[in-house]
Amino acid sequence: MATARVLGASIKRREDPRFITGKGNYTDDLKLAGLTHAVFVRSPHANAKIRKIDTARASKAPGVVAIFTGKDMTGVNSLPCGWLLPELKIPPHMPLASDAARYVGDPVAIVIAESQSAASDAAEMVAVDWEVLPSVTSTEKASAKGSPQIHEVAPGNVAFNWAIGDAAATEAAFKAAPVTVKKRIVNQRLVANAIEPRACVARYDDSTGDWTLWVTSQNPHVHRLLMTAFVLGIPEHKVRVIAPDVGGGFGSKIFLYNEETVCTWATRQIKRPIRWTSSRREAFQTDAHGRDHVTDAEIAVSRDGKFLGLRVKTTANLGAYLSTFAPAVPTYLYATLLNGVYEWPAIHAEVTGVFTNTTPVDAYRGAGRPEACYLLERMVDAAAAALKMDAADIRKKNFIPKFSDGYQTKVALSYDSGNYLGAFDKLLGMLDYKKFRTDQAAARAQGRLMGIGFSTYIEACSIAPSKVVGSLGAQAGLWESGKVQVHPTGKVSVFTGSHSHGQGHETTMAQIVADSLGIPMDDVEIVHGDTGRVPFGMGTYGSRSASVGGTAIVMSLDKIKEKGKKIAAHLLEANPKDMEYVGGQFVVKGSPQKAIPFGQVALTAYVPHNYPDGVEPGLEETSFYDPSNFCFPFGAHACVVEVDPDTGHVKILRYLAVDDVGNVINPMIVDGMVHGGIAQGVAQALWEEAVYDGASGQLVSGSMMDYTLPKADMLPFYETGRTETPTLVNPLGVKGAGETGTIASTPAVVNAVVDALSGLGVDHIDAMPLTPERVWKTVQAAKSRK
Amino acid sequence: MKKTVSMTINGAPQSHEVEPRLLLVHYIREQAGLTGTHVGCDTSQCGACTVHVNGVAVKSCTLLSVQCDGAQVLTIEGLAKDGKLHPIQDAFWEKHGLQCGFCTPGMIMSAHQMLQRNPRPTEAQIRHDLEGNLCRCTGYHNIVKAIQYAAEKMAGK
Repeated sequence: MATARVLGASIKRREDPRFITGKGNYTDDLKLAGLTHAVFVRSPHANAKIRKIDTARASKAPGVVAIFTGKDMTGVNSLPCGWLLPELKIPPHMPLASDAARYVGDPVAIVIAESQSAASDAAEMVAVDWEVLPSVTSTEKASAKGSPQIHEVAPGNVAFNWAIGDAAATEAAFKAAPVTVKKRIVNQRLVANAIEPRACVARYDDSTGDWTLWVTSQNPHVHRLLMTAFVLGIPEHKVRVIAPDVGGGFGSKIFLYNEETVCTWATRQIKRPIRWTSSRREAFQTDAHGRDHVTDAEIAVSRDGKFLGLRVKTTANLGAYLSTFAPAVPTYLYATLLNGVYEWPAIHAEVTGVFTNTTPVDAYRGAGRPEACYLLERMVDAAAAALKMDAADIRKKNFIPKFSDGYQTKVALSYDSGNYLGAFDKLLGMLDYKKFRTDQAAARAQGRLMGIGFSTYIEACSIAPSKVVGSLGAQAGLWESGKVQVHPTGKVSVFTGSHSHGQGHETTMAQIVADSLGIPMDDVEIVHGDTGRVPFGMGTYGSRSASVGGTAIVMSLDKIKEKGKKIAAHLLEANPKDMEYVGGQFVVKGSPQKAIPFGQVALTAYVPHNYPDGVEPGLEETSFYDPSNFCFPFGAHACVVEVDPDTGHVKILRYLAVDDVGNVINPMIVDGMVHGGIAQGVAQALWEEAVYDGASGQLVSGSMMDYTLPKADMLPFYETGRTETPTLVNPLGVKGAGETGTIASTPAVVNAVVDALSGLGVDHIDAMPLTPERVWKTVQAAKSRK
Repeated sequence: MKKTVSMTINGAPQSHEVEPRLLLVHYIREQAGLTGTHVGCDTSQCGACTVHVNGVAVKSCTLLSVQCDGAQVLTIEGLAKDGKLHPIQDAFWEKHGLQCGFCTPGMIMSAHQMLQRNPRPTEAQIRHDLEGNLCRCTGYHNIVKAIQYAAEKMAGK
């Protein structure tokens, strides 16, 4: 009986039954005997010396088990930075600050008690004698004269100066260019806000000397490696890190944080398990933030709209310390994407990373790529406006033509495959673009401000190969492992080093396996998120799980089949070279009646009575896949808005997206990720911003009451389409779908608002979010200029 | 000074000695051991803790457990009956209305109340009525689709 292929089908998720019935197993759900509860004492000041921490009164509070400060943590090292740039200034980042606190929320002590409320009460009694110092939180002012020096090792608060591209060629291009357009572009600071707050449970077993750490992590092996090798100096093999069900990450759960490190250290001191769960207020203050760039960008164009050059100077705010992968985000994940989907004679970008008295900044969904895409797409529209050219026409004039075997950009990357015009044409068709412009003119005649914005984007995901990223400063490999264990009954357990925190790997990876082996999905179990069960893994970020993690599984499946062919050939008295694997059976080529089903081969491997010489028993293979290149998803998004000139309110009328993520394993899941990505990118354009008060250094938008997360009635249904241009980098032909929506959507929305206001003479708005206030002021300023 | 608080959760009687300041959500999670009800914020924005108290959807972080003495509480764990999913649970599964699953119990409990009050809501009404529940994964698209689907299924019965 022919069955439909599971690969490429919208199969309902296998993880859902536990989530919809309340049986998910998140870190804070864990119950352990003897559990204690931790609360961290944090700095209320943005910049302050610690004169003294007095814990005497708190120690006597009811239910207190222990209180530790940084001074108690002898022999403990700084949290590491996992990506080094030339001459990068790396200030110490201790798990508990003991000399000074450098941002609001910097932890200085841990209070452990019999209950959460007892710990909270006692934490209030810890008396810290602060010497409050002036602070600087602003990206632009970080290195200004008179700004306080945050770390001794970083004069002027500069962490690095970095550049890419051809400065001389770009200078020459600008000198010769008939038209240049220069804009200030502020990409504001964001907070990831996974709905599950970070949490950990650390348990030291005195009898065996083993630790178990349950933690909200996107990459439990990385957590373990960084914590054991660099910070705590405890043996890696004695620590098991489990990332159970994790309620969203968006980058914020990649990094090694202070809290799980301190709890892992402290559980050995008190020999009882410790649970810490972040409050949302703490999440705002301590989850790594995202973005926060201030950029001066210039584009040079010919009079007929050909791009001649791009010059970019960016200051990137890194916060108070270097978070785990912070230096990579505004450099290799940002400026290397400035080529976009266009042909350029010359590009040059300079980036300065600065320290400020703010929460550390690191990867947030898209991580550098949204900043690049926003800048580029905004500049493309600004150039079109300067030339009085249509926004679609200028894009079409500059797209890299369709290619399938590599395109070398001006900023280091070599794209895998692309058909940018194909995706854009599909979008224009969905949109009925000509009709829109007619409707827009009619609306404008009635005084209504309608606008459309495009974003034709590229993403770089599944960062690799390890050799190359190592030469660029990565302190980690960027491969992935995949172990396939075939049980004697033919059931299969698959162990992947990538981690699912909403992506649906338990479904999509089972689809890969079931398709490859021709067995039911019910016979396949996907195991992830546990260093005690998975050999090793680099985890999930940068849209890498299908392309890198999936390929590692495919490699192991191929090995399983090769071994199976030997076993089956022996049973059939055939030559292994004449065997093929078809529809769940090992078959002699050309003799379909000579076949052994998968399950029989599995059993034979474990009961090897009639067995080929020189073949090991058992059927289990592990592979480590290091890709030869990144993958480069791309696409075209469009947003249609109407702006209320009296209130500045922006209403999204339509949102359209055509994404090309290569081959698709599960369209339902890919569409879902695109939807969520779009929502986050739209929210950056219109609502979200982490705001610091310049005078006090306080995070003003530090709660869900103050930070505008999008709600259902602020967003429309998204109209999604797809083109499929497989990558040749990996055998699945998949590229990556986790971040495309976030990367593409922000400029589409802002371009739409600018287009809506273009009749008033507006060709740019410096800063996001485009709140009613900002839009209204833009409208008023434009009107007063007229 | 602790107080004894008794209530019925998903039909089962519960009675625990608690601090008067204990929130209902922590009573449900820590005392009753029902961890499907989640805590996602501390300002009553996210709605992950939504349960029904005496038939009314409430954010269980906005009530003290002592205020619920004698109450009938329904949580996500009590929605499926005899191993059969509630149509709203089934709709979230069918329409891919969840990704990480953390907001999902609160979303489903809110949607349940929404459809009790208005069995055939428009898209705009669904979006408006979800104002108390935040999701960071789905962009709400498939949550709205799931509630529309559930409404159709439930009306067809």
